[in-house]
Amino acid sequence: MSCSCHSAARGRVGWLERTLAGIASSIEQAVFTEEHARRRGWLQAVDPRIKVLMFAAVIIAASASSSFGVLAGLYLLLLAAAWKSQLPFELFVRRTWVGIPFFAGIVVLPSIFFGLPPRLFDVSLGPLQLGLSLPGLYGATVFVMRVAVCVSLAVLLVLTTRWSDLLKSLRALRAPQVFILILSMTYRYVFLFLHTMNGMFEARKSRVVARPGGREDRRWIARSMGALLNRSFKMSGDVYAAMLARGFTGEVRTYSTYRLGMADWLALAGAFAVAVGAALVSRWIR
Amino acid sequence: MDTVAPPAAEAVFKLAGVRYVYNGRQVALDGIDLEIRAGEQVALLGANGTGKSTLLKMLDGIIGPSEGSMQALGADVRLVTAGDEAFRFHREVGLVFQDPDVQLFSPTVLDDVAFGPLQLGLSPEEVKRCCDEALDQMGIAHLADRAPFELSGGEKKRVAIASVLSLGPRVILLDEPTASLDPRTKWVLVNLIRMLGQSGRTIVTATHELDIVPVIADRVVVIGENRRVVADGRPSEVLANRELLIEANLIHEHLHQHGGLAHTHEHEHDGTHAHAHAAASGEVRTFRDPGP
Repeated sequence: MSCSCHSAARGRVGWLERTLAGIASSIEQAVFTEEHARRRGWLQAVDPRIKVLMFAAVIIAASASSSFGVLAGLYLLLLAAAWKSQLPFELFVRRTWVGIPFFAGIVVLPSIFFGLPPRLFDVSLGPLQLGLSLPGLYGATVFVMRVAVCVSLAVLLVLTTRWSDLLKSLRALRAPQVFILILSMTYRYVFLFLHTMNGMFEARKSRVVARPGGREDRRWIARSMGALLNRSFKMSGDVYAAMLARGFTGEVRTYSTYRLGMADWLALAGAFAVAVGAALVSRWIR
Repeated sequence: MDTVAPPAAEAVFKLAGVRYVYNGRQVALDGIDLEIRAGEQVALLGANGTGKSTLLKMLDGIIGPSEGSMQALGADVRLVTAGDEAFRFHREVGLVFQDPDVQLFSPTVLDDVAFGPLQLGLSPEEVKRCCDEALDQMGIAHLADRAPFELSGGEKKRVAIASVLSLGPRVILLDEPTASLDPRTKWVLVNLIRMLGQSGRTIVTATHELDIVPVIADRVVVIGENRRVVADGRPSEVLANRELLIEANLIHEHLHQHGGLAHTHEHEHDGTHAHAHAAASGEVRTFRDPGP
């Protein structure tokens, strides 16, 4: 016997499917990222503290540069670094460029059409002169390129550094220990609660046999949020008890096995040279 | 493992009339009298909700009794778990929580195992030595740089034990260490617990799985549904007392079938049940079937 309510329910719980897929994808993505960070590539071998300083230097240089040539050169260098770090070319490029047209592109759109002359064409809209401004187009291209370089640097850092190392290396930037501890525990338990949420959504999905209605959906979401909050509150108490049981007294201490080598110092010197070079060349080349 | 520690051994824990009440209403323990001596391997048996986890937390000094007196390591528990004394106490007594996700709160396995030694203010070399020893003992050195969310249930349990072992405690408290594990992983863990006991440590294991008790314990303390100690003795004596086990809700009766023979008798809740009884022909047969 075919049941129309099944298809109706399927239509209504589409958001459920999407949420489940989103949760699963978040977990997968994190595991996938750690896989790349474990490879034996060039950047993976660099001490994470040095890596953070290297990337910070280049990000500052890229942010200060208004030269398309310099930014394009930096981007090519980043592609070479990704290749030396055994990152799949397609993954690296896709991760960088997927969001840029939507975010950076929308931001610069007005400057292209309302920019200063000369313009490729002019359209009068009452008091407004609308057209494709050449300086605006150049400025937008430089802006998008600058965003692409900075996003590529961030993607490259995340893909070649394990999250735990990345957090610990924030100490090199003088971030407070307690801040790093809270961040690392948040990252740790986000996954646990993602799994819990996944279970809750799946349990709900398996029992939806009729059209629940918007009001029922909202009530279920509110109840789930409450249950999850309750669970996380209880768990925070248990985790604190587990910390106390191992001698925690409120003072944060972390263990580091990092050892700086000549290769790390050379990499840092190279990154600083690139950053200074980019800043100097930006003054001469547009 | 039916050998009892020498009676001359010092008392590690001494509880007299201990009561614990959650939120001023819910009674978790109701008059516990118990003495655990150094070097003993004790199994705390009890059905769900009888206060085993609460008792372990109390033995670890995380919570104190609502009523009654408790001594730990020869002194009042309130004194040994207060201020700087807590350091010494937690170095001596380690608790492995039932849910390993509670215990593994650091980004990597190594960070979790190093957490305790770091709190003791040891030098980096000493921290490394403690971690290496604990990881080797549990056979998980290859997992050192893994994140907890990448581990299986059995691996998490081993890491949780290693995170306590790295402190080098004389007393280890284990809360349902084999819960929710597949049979192979469960018995690997049981052997590890047995090995820890053989190294002279005092081991207290809370469980309701009767099949592991003779392997990991030389003494069994049964906590009844009245939340009091209802039996205390050698595993062979306690496990032979079927009436006691039924009353404590550790085994139960129900109809089941072996081949063509359907019958009713008491069972354990988990694992394989092996038993002998007469078939219709009068022949005594031994059955070893998966439990319900």
